[in-house]
Amino acid sequence: MNELEMKEKMEKLDKIIENHRGQQGALMPVLHETQELFGYLPEEAQKKISKELNVPMAEIYGVATFYSGFTLKPRGEHTISVCLGTACYVKNAQAVYERIQKDLNVKPGGTTADNKFTLVGTRCLGCCGLAPVIMIGEDVYGKLVPDDIPDILKKY
Amino acid sequence: MKMYRSHIMICRGTGCSSSNSEQIAKNFEEHIKAHGLQNEVIVERTGCFGLCALGPIVIIYPEASFYSMVKPEDVEEIVKEHLVKGRVVKRLLYAETVTEDRIKSINEVNFYKKQHRVALRNCGVINPENIDEYIAFDGYKALTKCLTELKPQEVIDIIKQSALRGRGGAGFPTGMKWSFAAAAPGNEKYVCCNADEGDPGAFMDRSVLEGDPHAVLEAMTIAGYAIGGNQGYIYVRAEYPIAVKRLGIAISQARAYGLLGKNILGTDFSFDIEIRLGAGAFVCGEETALIASIEGQRGMPRPRPPFPANKGLFGKPTILNNVETYANVCTIINEGPEWFTSMGTEKSKGTKVFALGGKINHTGLVEVPMGTTMREIIYEIGGGCPNGKAFKAAQTGGPSGGCIPESKLDVPIDYDNLIALGSMMGSGGLIVMDEDNCMVDIARFFLEFTCDESCGKCTPCREGTKRMLEILDKITKGQGEMEDIDKLENLAKNIKNSALCALGQTAPNPILSTLRYFRDEYEAHIRDKKCPAGVCQALLQYTISKEKCKGCGICAKQCPATAISGKPKETYVIDQEKCIKCGVCMQKCPFKAISKG
Repeated sequence: MNELEMKEKMEKLDKIIENHRGQQGALMPVLHETQELFGYLPEEAQKKISKELNVPMAEIYGVATFYSGFTLKPRGEHTISVCLGTACYVKNAQAVYERIQKDLNVKPGGTTADNKFTLVGTRCLGCCGLAPVIMIGEDVYGKLVPDDIPDILKKY
Repeated sequence: MKMYRSHIMICRGTGCSSSNSEQIAKNFEEHIKAHGLQNEVIVERTGCFGLCALGPIVIIYPEASFYSMVKPEDVEEIVKEHLVKGRVVKRLLYAETVTEDRIKSINEVNFYKKQHRVALRNCGVINPENIDEYIAFDGYKALTKCLTELKPQEVIDIIKQSALRGRGGAGFPTGMKWSFAAAAPGNEKYVCCNADEGDPGAFMDRSVLEGDPHAVLEAMTIAGYAIGGNQGYIYVRAEYPIAVKRLGIAISQARAYGLLGKNILGTDFSFDIEIRLGAGAFVCGEETALIASIEGQRGMPRPRPPFPANKGLFGKPTILNNVETYANVCTIINEGPEWFTSMGTEKSKGTKVFALGGKINHTGLVEVPMGTTMREIIYEIGGGCPNGKAFKAAQTGGPSGGCIPESKLDVPIDYDNLIALGSMMGSGGLIVMDEDNCMVDIARFFLEFTCDESCGKCTPCREGTKRMLEILDKITKGQGEMEDIDKLENLAKNIKNSALCALGQTAPNPILSTLRYFRDEYEAHIRDKKCPAGVCQALLQYTISKEKCKGCGICAKQCPATAISGKPKETYVIDQEKCIKCGVCMQKCPFKAISKG
């Protein structure tokens, strides 16, 4: 992100904060929208939220690191979530997970060198009828075998 | 209202959407128009039909023809044959509905025959993004009745008489919860909905939110009226984007119709609902943790009492019910508590939705009266294990539950029986395991989960789950000792008694139940250093059969660790020291000469 982009986004952040000002328990919704805007929770953004919502930085850090859905590091363009819930586990989701790691040369939680994909293992995605399942962005792919992975990744 | 001769219902739940059901819907619209049928036939995007294994599913009414695994390119044929010429396309119908002399309706097939849909009544029946369709199916009738005919106390009495129990896990009587909050002093009270469906293996709440969001909004409004609250919050997982979107649409439609907001239906009762997104913390399914999360804090549980009914969200009296619990409320008001109590067992009334997953033919959602046996669900409705494999266990209750063996499948399912079996209802996830699943490995899987999701506040859960996981790790790696089983049992009992919240208190259940029913598997891992199911990698040995090996050498070429040696046309041998147990040789052997065990 260059300086100009950052500046633009920080201005959008002002609007997000403004929309939630005075709302009870505003921190979580603000963090969600901030992460959607930046792709992660940059320190500058956290500082601004802290100042404007009057929440200490320590508390924001506490919340941001408690929930696995928030990230303090930039993510790739697409996040691949591999479901590691029970139904997927008993249907060998591990093999699908390993195949993605191998094909993209990325470790769980890591981002590819070209910044295109971030890979995360996730708890149940709620599509147990289609196990094993992965989700890329908001697209769900089910009933997978490791050999399906290359074709799916090509779409992005 | 415009009448159509045919209704085409297309599932737009997450399952079928992932296999292109939106494209199917668009193709239908296109071909219907091309044939000039747009005034006779309507395409409806609905919620989940339940039989996810056969998705994408299209049902055409009035015949109720059940087309399964439809592809976008099949649509043209269905329109030409079924809609223009009136001939169903047999090859695309769900095979079980096709008999020699006739086509069965969906209610006659095994998957649906024993089901009784109450919470899922509108899923797959209405378009969830259209409030008018909900209203046409008695939607907002219960709310109207409550606001215009019943006093708040009378509403609570009806729910109490229905004996409805919380569908999220513990099974606390819903009416009691409401009466506590109603009796609590204060004029600011909150109604919360727990849609943080975190149990891996459960997806009924998702389907209700995606298929019938107004049912939840209406029930929450009724709860607000009953306890004297004016604000509701739905705490929903961010992992469910379609559910979040449809809830948002439903809330704005309800507001536009005056069914949410100020002076609902012209009465002096006002109520509104806000959506709050979770952020991936399993512990937030616990009520005090969920409340902390809505308040914008880390989702950590706190000791009770005070219970949320007295001191909950923002310190005010609060009720918190699960999505499926709310989904039952309106029907209870409309049909009466006696109707509800006519279903179920002595202490568990009504129906329960189960999410069938794992090694079962008909994966999907089923709703059956309480008291149905596990055998009926798994074999009659679910169609048993695929590929002729033998059933080993049914896991219920997610990481808080346990594994039920074959010998207990005839026990009628209700809250109390499941607890007696060492498991629990939980939210209703039901994962079937077959002979290829190792029960020690499954216990380890769940402990890895709870250990990771433990919030860290209380020591028994934070440290205890970690120690139990270490012992299980040791056993699955073949380094276990017989004393480890006693250690596990002791630790498990202590954690059960001392952890702060339900997450910790129930975390040992997967271990205790597998020890109770599958102790021999633990012993095989420890004493014989063998994994009977062939799952635990460290205990596996790949061997090449002398009789079957033709000496082709493919295995040696494929082995990434160069652990296989031999000469062409002689039996090849695996060097166990070098073998990394990847299993490639076994997959590639054209003569099935390699086995593991």
